Amino acid sequence: MLIRKPPQIRASEITPKHVYLNRRKFLAVPALAAFPGLAPAGVRLADVRKSPFSTDEKITPYQHATHYNNFYEFGTGKEQPAELAKNLRISPWAISVEGHVARPRVFDFDDIMKLAPLEERIYRLRCVEGWSMVIPWIGYPLNALIRQVEPTSKAKYVAFESLYDSKQMPAARWAGIPFPYVEGLRMDEAMHPLTLLCVGMYGETLPNQSGAPVRLVVPWKYGFKSIKSIVKIKFTEKQPPTTWSRANPQEYGFYSNVNPQVDHPRWSQAKERRLGEFFKRNTLMFNGYGDQVAQLYAGMDLRKYY
Amino acid sequence: MPAWTSASITKPLVFALCLSPLGALVWRGFHDGLGANPIEFITHATGDWTLRFLLITLAVTPARRLLGMPGLIRYRRMLGLFAFFYGCLHFITYLWLDKFFDLHEIAVDIGKRPFITAGFAAFVMLIPLAMTSTNNWVRRLGGKRWQRLHRLIYVSAAAGCLHYYWLVKSDVRAPLAYAAVLALLLAARMIARRPSRPAARGKESPATSAATPR
Repeated sequence: MLIRKPPQIRASEITPKHVYLNRRKFLAVPALAAFPGLAPAGVRLADVRKSPFSTDEKITPYQHATHYNNFYEFGTGKEQPAELAKNLRISPWAISVEGHVARPRVFDFDDIMKLAPLEERIYRLRCVEGWSMVIPWIGYPLNALIRQVEPTSKAKYVAFESLYDSKQMPAARWAGIPFPYVEGLRMDEAMHPLTLLCVGMYGETLPNQSGAPVRLVVPWKYGFKSIKSIVKIKFTEKQPPTTWSRANPQEYGFYSNVNPQVDHPRWSQAKERRLGEFFKRNTLMFNGYGDQVAQLYAGMDLRKYY
Repeated sequence: MPAWTSASITKPLVFALCLSPLGALVWRGFHDGLGANPIEFITHATGDWTLRFLLITLAVTPARRLLGMPGLIRYRRMLGLFAFFYGCLHFITYLWLDKFFDLHEIAVDIGKRPFITAGFAAFVMLIPLAMTSTNNWVRRLGGKRWQRLHRLIYVSAAAGCLHYYWLVKSDVRAPLAYAAVLALLLAARMIARRPSRPAARGKESPATSAATPR
């Protein structure tokens, strides 16, 4: 008897279940080029412009960027987030923008996608732990969102908050840092054109472990400043608390600019290992974005404001 | 134990078992299994196994008593040497793959970074123990002095746990687990020591105490 093998279907070609179940929603809103409403991870994003801010360095393989990362809500191991964030519910999603603004507002994912044209920004990412990657993010400058809500003169800082749901994030209790994860930027840092509100990477929507559906990318600061899975943005007068500096103020400051001259108390920051390379390379001031951002810190003692 | 189970078969078997973590690492190296940051993976794996072999070595004495298997003593030296072996791999990984023999940077690290100071101390303490592990050296030093020197393994293991504890950013579960096992192994020794002398004299008859293996 002849037993024929069924044709091999590659895993990458199989439609994810949630996409299949929601297929009619795609039909319902054909007018939008991007993917409205559901933001399932790994959906191709259309109409993405190139950006002059992109580096031409070699891009880190997708597998490494998405399976070696920190997202402490889903465990402290580097491979854990990819596994434990798989079932994170990212739809519906809402971001509450509040505080010292003239027009406070709750944005859903559709609103976020429509706010500004999407750009691809290939940025270096330097982790405070001493490794680095090059990642093609997709998003637009955070200042596009900030302009929408019209901050008042009292808005000196922007505070960000990640989703925290202990039911969906049972591993978080062992992380040793307080949740929900919070981060912050000074207003001029938040308005800087390099600061990206990010909805995708590698041409697709964000995978859950990388901070789906919306995250921040601040390329001249250590990676932990680029907060993931944002649910709240608040404009404040005082400098907001940030998670790592709350957990360990001697080791992590509010600014956390990449700085090869200021060591972490427990290890040197002078060099970094670019994933995929054998030799370490020298870490650059402001992660190589000094030309664009150094003036933000003119006159500041960066040893004091680390 | 029958004669054939003793040295000729079990020793090579245990030896091979002790080498298997290195085998697994090499296998992963040839099969793209070291993840996105291979050097970090190798550093962590060799460090983990150093600490594990130190604890396994320290478990031999309590295990002999608890399981009534005094013969386990013949594996202790091998296990201790494997702790040193993985410690060497760990140190070489740091020296070569991490620092690329930058002696200045290494010196700064050892002086300035407490977790590296602790790890380096833990490693250095193992060197005299490995060197004096031969029968010849036991004889040369005499049992008592040899034993006193080899108590350094307690200090080395404790420094190893501290090294790990100071390394992690916030999730201290794993280093605390190693420290807890070490504490348990040390406690087992103290408990075993206490009742044997004063209590044994009063309660046991000379005949039974002579028959009890120590």
